[in-house]
Amino acid sequence: MILVIAGRELRGLWLSPLAWTSLAVVQAWLAWIFLILLDEFRGLQGRLVGLEHAPGVTDLIAAPLFRVAAWCLLILTPFLTMRFSEERRNRTLDLLLSSPVSVTAIVLGQYLAILAFLLGLGALTALMPLSLATGTTLDFGKLLAGALGLSLLAASFAAAGLYFSTLTAQPIVAAVATLGLLLFLSVIDAADFGQNGAGGLFRYLSLFRHYDALLLGLFDSADVAYYLLFSLLFLGLAIRRLHDGRLRD
Amino acid sequence: MSGDILVRVEGLTRRYGEQRVVDDLNFTLAKGQILGFLGPNGAGKSTTLRMLAGVLAPDAGRIVIDGHDLIDDPQAAKQAIGYLPEQPPLYQELTVDEQLQYSARLRGLGRAASRSAAARVKERCGLTAVGRRLNGSLSKGYQQRVGIAQAIVHDPPVIVLDEPTVGLDPLQLQDIRTLIGELKAGHGVILSTHLLAEVRATCTDVQIIKAGRLVYASPLASLQQRQAASGCLRIGLQAPPPLAALRQLPSVERIEDLGEGRFRLYHAPEVALHRTVLEHARAEAWDLWELTPERADLERIFVELTLAGRELE
Repeated sequence: MILVIAGRELRGLWLSPLAWTSLAVVQAWLAWIFLILLDEFRGLQGRLVGLEHAPGVTDLIAAPLFRVAAWCLLILTPFLTMRFSEERRNRTLDLLLSSPVSVTAIVLGQYLAILAFLLGLGALTALMPLSLATGTTLDFGKLLAGALGLSLLAASFAAAGLYFSTLTAQPIVAAVATLGLLLFLSVIDAADFGQNGAGGLFRYLSLFRHYDALLLGLFDSADVAYYLLFSLLFLGLAIRRLHDGRLRD
Repeated sequence: MSGDILVRVEGLTRRYGEQRVVDDLNFTLAKGQILGFLGPNGAGKSTTLRMLAGVLAPDAGRIVIDGHDLIDDPQAAKQAIGYLPEQPPLYQELTVDEQLQYSARLRGLGRAASRSAAARVKERCGLTAVGRRLNGSLSKGYQQRVGIAQAIVHDPPVIVLDEPTVGLDPLQLQDIRTLIGELKAGHGVILSTHLLAEVRATCTDVQIIKAGRLVYASPLASLQQRQAASGCLRIGLQAPPPLAALRQLPSVERIEDLGEGRFRLYHAPEVALHRTVLEHARAEAWDLWELTPERADLERIFVELTLAGRELE
């Protein structure tokens, strides 16, 4: 049943200009960044030759590209996750709620659809540095770690966005609130609170700190756990909220 | 009869803040019944139906659908219900075919079964010609039909329709009423409306709800019997005589002054009061301009019941 719902959501996404527009815009923007990075690398190449432990193509092109891609997703995801608000506004939520489908299945169905779209976007992004493999040697381990990081980040963004869209029938409000939370969690470690106590906590909460580690090729299960917990938390909240919504509404 | 009970509602209550929108509602629906939920706007009709469909959770009370408790066993209970909300729940970007197939899949039908169910229901609701059109491009009347079609696509024993004929033109209205009438066999139907004509045209039973409370419930047939047991004539006179003179007319039991020269005369059944009135009107120059036999007992009940409280408030 989850797949039936996800299938419809995905179909709806492809039938709307939103999906195509976001794909086109993100791809064009990332392609441009990719070209700039490539150009910079060519300039640096000569000086890197003599260095010991010199950063390679993957570090200088793939990692920065993935970092930019993450910001693109951060801005884009809230607009894709407004679905629940739209469902409530168009009254199609009534169809789902009156069907013999659990609230969990409804939320997971929507989540899977958004995730599938975002992963597709991520895969297209990963193709750019992969294309370099035809002319040079890539560090596939690092590339894989980076792609994993981007996927986990997308999963977290989508979960948070979905939760906010269960809170309101106004799609734009849901999008803005999601964007606000994601931006806040991105810069939460910017303020210097020292190494211990609050500073440590804020660094742990930061969405991007765990991502940076993965981009460097440092695979730490704690980082992966952070994203999984983050996603689970917001999915759980969304399910609870939708369940309780039948009480409040 | 009791073996065919499809819906049993006990003590259903729902609050919005302090206000009780639905207050201790009790009723049952049996197979073959078309239950008309009648009430002024804001009486709690939609809230009740939303609770029946499982979209809204009740604050108190029990709903049993086809033997399954809606709270303890929501999946099985919802499987037995088809629901058309006030606004048809249609995805604007889907075609009618896709919408109906998706609705069927949501109700647990397989891929092939969904396709044939969608085709069947399309035929039944007169949607064959628009199967490939987008929901968003359909007129209100057609959207309403798709809404009904998605509610019955899985052939549920209980069908809940919230204002099914709103926005339809008279011809479509006739079609939908015929369709609802056909559904009676093998199903139980609950529909809400604020139109009395609707109830009279389609329903077997009527319930009047006011401020969340059930104030009247009766089979339509017994209502018609009662109607036949008494007569009522509405007249309008340009130059009305004093009320006492009207009271003198033979076989008039009670008179209601409606103002502006209009009166409602209650009389014993099987008396041709109109003839008497005509004769007197001509002889005494009352200048008669309206003479209407009033059979609409339901209307009077509705108005009396729903207005009664307003005067108290």
